[in-house]
Amino acid sequence: MRWRSSLFLILTPLLTFAEQMPTINMTQGVTKVSRDIYDLHMTIFLICCVIGVIVFGAILYSIIHHRKSKGAVAADFHENATLEFAWTLIPFLILIVMAVPATRVLVSMRDASKPDVNIKVVGYQWKWQYEYLDQGISFFSSLATPLDQIHNKIKKNKDYLLDVDKPLVVPIHKKIRFLVTSNDVIHSWWMPAFGIKRDAIPGYIHEAWAVIEQPGMYYGRCAELCGADHGFMPVVVKAVTEVEYKKWIKSQHEAKKQSAAASNKKMTQDELMAEGKKAYDAHCASCHKATGEGMPPVFPALKNGLIVVGPADAQIKLVLNGVKGTAMQAFGAQLDDVTLAAIITYERNAWGNDNIGKKYKKMIQPSDIKAARSEGK
Amino acid sequence: MSDAVMDSHDHDHHHGPAHKGFKRWLFTTNHKDIGTMYLIFALVMLFVGGAFALVIRAELFMPGLQIVSPDYFNQMTTMHGLVMVFMVIMPAMTGLANWQIPLMIGAPDMALPRLNNWSFWILPIALALIGSTLFIDGPGPNFGWTFYAPLSTTYGPPSTDYMIFAIHLLGLSSIMGSINIIVTIFNLRAPGMTLMKMPIFVWTWLITAFLIIAVMPVLAGAVTMMLMDRHFGTAFFEAGGGGDPVMFQHIFWFFGHPEVYILILPAFGVISEVIPTFSSKKIFGYRFMVYATASIAILSFVVWAHHMFTTGIPLAAELFFMYTTMLIAVPTGIKVFNWVGTMWRGALRFEPPMLFAVAFVILFTIGGFSGLMLSIVPADYQYQDTYFVVAHFHYVLVPGALFGIMTAVYYWLPKWSGKMYSHKLANWHFWLTVISLNLTFFPMHFLGLAGMPRRIPDYALQFTNFNAVATVGAFMFGLSQLVFVWLIISTVRSGKPTTPEVWESSHGLEWTLPSPPPYHTFETPPHVE
Repeated sequence: MRWRSSLFLILTPLLTFAEQMPTINMTQGVTKVSRDIYDLHMTIFLICCVIGVIVFGAILYSIIHHRKSKGAVAADFHENATLEFAWTLIPFLILIVMAVPATRVLVSMRDASKPDVNIKVVGYQWKWQYEYLDQGISFFSSLATPLDQIHNKIKKNKDYLLDVDKPLVVPIHKKIRFLVTSNDVIHSWWMPAFGIKRDAIPGYIHEAWAVIEQPGMYYGRCAELCGADHGFMPVVVKAVTEVEYKKWIKSQHEAKKQSAAASNKKMTQDELMAEGKKAYDAHCASCHKATGEGMPPVFPALKNGLIVVGPADAQIKLVLNGVKGTAMQAFGAQLDDVTLAAIITYERNAWGNDNIGKKYKKMIQPSDIKAARSEGK
Repeated sequence: MSDAVMDSHDHDHHHGPAHKGFKRWLFTTNHKDIGTMYLIFALVMLFVGGAFALVIRAELFMPGLQIVSPDYFNQMTTMHGLVMVFMVIMPAMTGLANWQIPLMIGAPDMALPRLNNWSFWILPIALALIGSTLFIDGPGPNFGWTFYAPLSTTYGPPSTDYMIFAIHLLGLSSIMGSINIIVTIFNLRAPGMTLMKMPIFVWTWLITAFLIIAVMPVLAGAVTMMLMDRHFGTAFFEAGGGGDPVMFQHIFWFFGHPEVYILILPAFGVISEVIPTFSSKKIFGYRFMVYATASIAILSFVVWAHHMFTTGIPLAAELFFMYTTMLIAVPTGIKVFNWVGTMWRGALRFEPPMLFAVAFVILFTIGGFSGLMLSIVPADYQYQDTYFVVAHFHYVLVPGALFGIMTAVYYWLPKWSGKMYSHKLANWHFWLTVISLNLTFFPMHFLGLAGMPRRIPDYALQFTNFNAVATVGAFMFGLSQLVFVWLIISTVRSGKPTTPEVWESSHGLEWTLPSPPPYHTFETPPHVE
């Protein structure tokens, strides 16, 4: 038994070292598809290595042995049809060998039939919306990292730029079908652990699917350049057992009821401003900036902005419905009454706006939003 | 042939440039002058595009936003790509064509000299248009050099229109340049120089010129449709109006993939000239080299959708484009094998052009390998839009296209200037460049496989180490190019005079001329046996 313990002694530091090494290879993931992809990746990589050894070996041999400075005399040959045909045909055969498994895996990947769970994934600048088509649950998932970490004002967490406010929750061992589309520009929903990357394209709905084998938190990100905050829209999936999944579904239905009740409550100015700043930084600051200065002419300034210091109704309507043909989204569908009231109150009072346009209403209650919504209908 | 040279000498002393000073360059129709202007323009723009890249790398040195805003970062990636593709590699290759094609086929000048002047002088105008976007109000183009709709149409900043017109002008310039090259090669070859006796560099440019004529109008179509969508109420790429954003990508990559070969084929040509000279052997498999180049060009028209595997194109299309893409490895392999075959049992001399050429073969092949990996559709789902792709195309474009140009400068500069550069300085430039470029781009393979997407200004902590290495490498690479500039300036000013042949066992018509060649050459065509 002694050899075992000594082996252990040698291996432990090696393993610790390996754990601290930065990742240099593709993940094997937690689905059959992602493992198939990994195997294809390694196979083609090894084939390339073998060809590389042969080609680079020949070059190296030439460099060492066929140097003029070593007295090499140039041979006279400059053509050999047999050789040319050989190095046309052999690579061709290697490619066929490679194409067969690649085709097999690809065909299996594209079969999204008979799903157990259907989730619509919608890309927005710059967040994801997840809609459980069979359960009537829908929510937005956006970056959880505070702006102060991004701007190096406070220490960065371990999950810097990885974490979201609300992850997608799915059951393991079920076939989950993702229906991916976009509300504005092209995004790409990428979850390396599932071997899924699907472009989210306005006007298209494309399928992808996964059967997840292990519970856990899985991290991905948007892979297609989608504007300023492309780097700040991570994807997080929490895979749980079926029992936990059912419990989670139930809790979501309850939360929905509570949020509807909250629309009737009266909030104080301080509550609204505190909640408003938080929500503004998360949903508005990437275009209109934390300072309210925006990025004119594309993203207007809100500091002393005409609409923000003008009549409240106009601003509420604009935030609820968005501005067609611009990046200003219809936030009515994304945020609840409390959050919207808080954001609008914050915008009407922050950055010195409280001193301009004093004749207009400065504090907006959730009930105002609720009223505006029903008026819109 | 030497008679022809003597003859042209007789006329030469009253056949110098017609104007002096700036007017000489503005009005010149001389292929050598125009070639020089193209090359200097490209060299200056290499530093401009490089500066954009260094802004990107500086921002990515550490996690967090330190130097620029995400929007400015996107402007940098866009401008870096556009400048490097349209204002560095393409003009430099055209400059080489202008200098070398008439000299190599025994023509007195390009066939359409005034068109030639105009093709060059459009470039600074295009540069002024697109460069101004960084200085006017509002963001410059900020959607990547691939400017996918609708990010560049509905959501694009006002400056996008400047980019659209700049691309029109750049397209005009390269189409006119290509027409000129094709006409020159078909009509002005010296008697006896049949097509299958042409130097490979001339062959690769002939094929490249056809590619340019075929695809630049497609790009012009794409940007015109963008302009219509932006201002005239059409909805080519607008899903809400019955249009199709994916169609933009099809059109763009129908241009974009042949464009990649436009950038690399002339470099193949340069390498095919240099390796035989410094191996003291003829090129191995000349005919197969020509056929392979033509095959690559033809195949380049049927692989475009491999840039779009994740857009949800149908399974049958995915399979088709996977197979055609894999097929490109065959003719590309033939080229590499033939270069190795040329070196095999030669008498190799490692002078600076050969150093760059050998590095080209090895490093370009590495880029080819990652290209082959990217062709496997299921694996591409994981590679697509990550730093693995960034590593791949930088390996084929930096030690590929850019090294091709540098090889050409080291090979032909003594001919153009009549002066030899310091080999010691050239060796320093070579080693610094090779080491720093690998330091910059090799870690990007790891970053991509580990999951870092491209075009992001900030990243999760797990990517920190390799990004820091890449940034250090990039700054080293940038500084190393100052050695190159110094080498060129010092050679032209005070290099040692060189012989007409310049290199031992150099071959081809250009080496029969004096170094530097007189202002007008081959006024009486040489005869090729």
